[in-house]
Amino acid sequence: MSDDDPMNITAGSSGSIDDRKNAAIRYVFFSCAFVTVLTTLGIILVLVQGSIEFFQHVSIVEYLTETEWSPVISPHSYGVLPLVWGTLVITIGSALIAIPVGTATAIYLSEYADPQVRKTVKPTLEILAGIPTIVYGFFALSFITPLIQRFYPETGTFNAAAGAIVVGIMIIPMVSSLSEDAMSAVPDDLRNAAYGLGATKFEVSTSVVVPASLSGVIASYILALSRAIGETMAVTLAAGMHPQITVDPLEPIQTMTAYMVQIGISDVSVGSIGYQSLFAVGLTLFVMTLSMNLLSLWIKSRYREEYQ
Amino acid sequence: MSTGNPFAEGTEDIARKRLIGRAFVAICFASTLVGIVALVALIADVLVESWGWVTWEFLTYPPSQVIENFLPGGRGAGIYPALVGSIFLIALTAVFTVFLGVGAAVYLEEYASENRLTSFIEANIANLAGVPSIVYGLLGLAIFVRSVQLGSSLIAGALTLTLLILPIVIVSTQEALRSVPDSQRQAAYGVGATQWQVIRDVVLPRALPGIMTGTILSLSRAIGETAPILMVGAATSLFVAPDGLTAPFSAMPMMIFEWASRPDPEFQHVAAAGIVVLLTILLLMNAVAILIRNRYDPRS
Repeated sequence: MSDDDPMNITAGSSGSIDDRKNAAIRYVFFSCAFVTVLTTLGIILVLVQGSIEFFQHVSIVEYLTETEWSPVISPHSYGVLPLVWGTLVITIGSALIAIPVGTATAIYLSEYADPQVRKTVKPTLEILAGIPTIVYGFFALSFITPLIQRFYPETGTFNAAAGAIVVGIMIIPMVSSLSEDAMSAVPDDLRNAAYGLGATKFEVSTSVVVPASLSGVIASYILALSRAIGETMAVTLAAGMHPQITVDPLEPIQTMTAYMVQIGISDVSVGSIGYQSLFAVGLTLFVMTLSMNLLSLWIKSRYREEYQ
Repeated sequence: MSTGNPFAEGTEDIARKRLIGRAFVAICFASTLVGIVALVALIADVLVESWGWVTWEFLTYPPSQVIENFLPGGRGAGIYPALVGSIFLIALTAVFTVFLGVGAAVYLEEYASENRLTSFIEANIANLAGVPSIVYGLLGLAIFVRSVQLGSSLIAGALTLTLLILPIVIVSTQEALRSVPDSQRQAAYGVGATQWQVIRDVVLPRALPGIMTGTILSLSRAIGETAPILMVGAATSLFVAPDGLTAPFSAMPMMIFEWASRPDPEFQHVAAAGIVVLLTILLLMNAVAILIRNRYDPRS
């Protein structure tokens, strides 16, 4: 070992065997990190290539404007809107559950709960996020749908409401944990200043803590919605495989992800239009979730409140 | 009114404010209960539906199309090929992710200088963590199954799951590496160690518990994933456990999906029994991870 500063070993330095060995090792580690870049490139390449093949048979205008989706069974129709609609119904429905419940939970844990309670409740809720989504699908079929049928007996086995409810439950901890982190980061000085002005605890929570942590809270909403858009197994089992544009939550629908499952379990031959449609729908899904994730990152960095 | 006190008492009286405050706490508390009640309902539902169906035969026999075979006194039917398939799948995924995940994290934490390439790689990892798992399934299908021609094999499934959990493993490993104090690295350099020796003999041993905890937790996510292995082509009608890297495979979440989508209501019990086995394994993996963390984490 020479008397070089060891923190400055670089790939370019030559000389002793040690140096060359270190450069080789560094290269191996870099290759591991580069796998993640290749993964992204691979995803984009695979989706775009499959989509190009698909759009050689189907016009993009038809894909984006037609309101019937039936790529495998004739009469063929290639309008993706029913699938996008299905995904939107699930996403909005689950947001209606997870956002109010998750935010109120975060306020309770951050502002009202005893620290000991918070230490138990927060990880308990996070269990919800760790349960495999296939289990939520089963839960929808065996518990939520029968529950809905008790009030609306005409509801079928597959319905959008059950899908939205289980996905909503699944993403509660994303909203509650990330929002709670943001709320806990608001310094006590701000709370005390408001108390000094005569604010009640309710006013401190809603007019000081929530606005001060808003960027983190909104970022958690978007991440949760992005997860709901990409959610697959629970909505496949709960909401069915019937692509249609309907506002009735008790009707079956099909999301983009559920369509991909349907093709995945059927014997569609490689090169057929059904196989190619997988990649067109996959690309649509990827673009939607990617833009949500980027938006969340942007909001977080753009509107971040820095407190010491 | 820019200098006015927004909280000054207006026409509202104290009693009314108190009432609003109480109602608000009640709403927030009730919301907290929603998540907990849902969790309890989910677990209770699975346990009730599976009651009496998780038998020794269920663990040791291949699946069957006939519901009677699952019942006590039947010929015996169960989840065995999928159980073994899942364990093989996770073991293989563990080997790949530990190698790639630790390697990538060591590069980012110990070698990489703060330049554009590094921040691009880190931003890319953050984005990959948000890609839906079914998209990884498409990647696996197009690359591993078709282009590399591994077919719908165990190794194609494991490679797909590896890419899926790699971002999480890298981030948790980075945290573990960061928790090793710099003074320890400097001390090793001071006695003449090379950078590789510092990483191998000082940083990695000290970060190992954290790395293991993060990796096991990520693997417990992989074992419950259905969508990626479904796209890769995991089978639902295998009667034997996979016997090689390129053998077709079945996995527990895939079997549960198959059983849960059967119209015959009796198969719901079989699906529930499969879920109990899957959740038990998940619980064991999480317990091991927490045990390692509590035992070796200097902060706890």
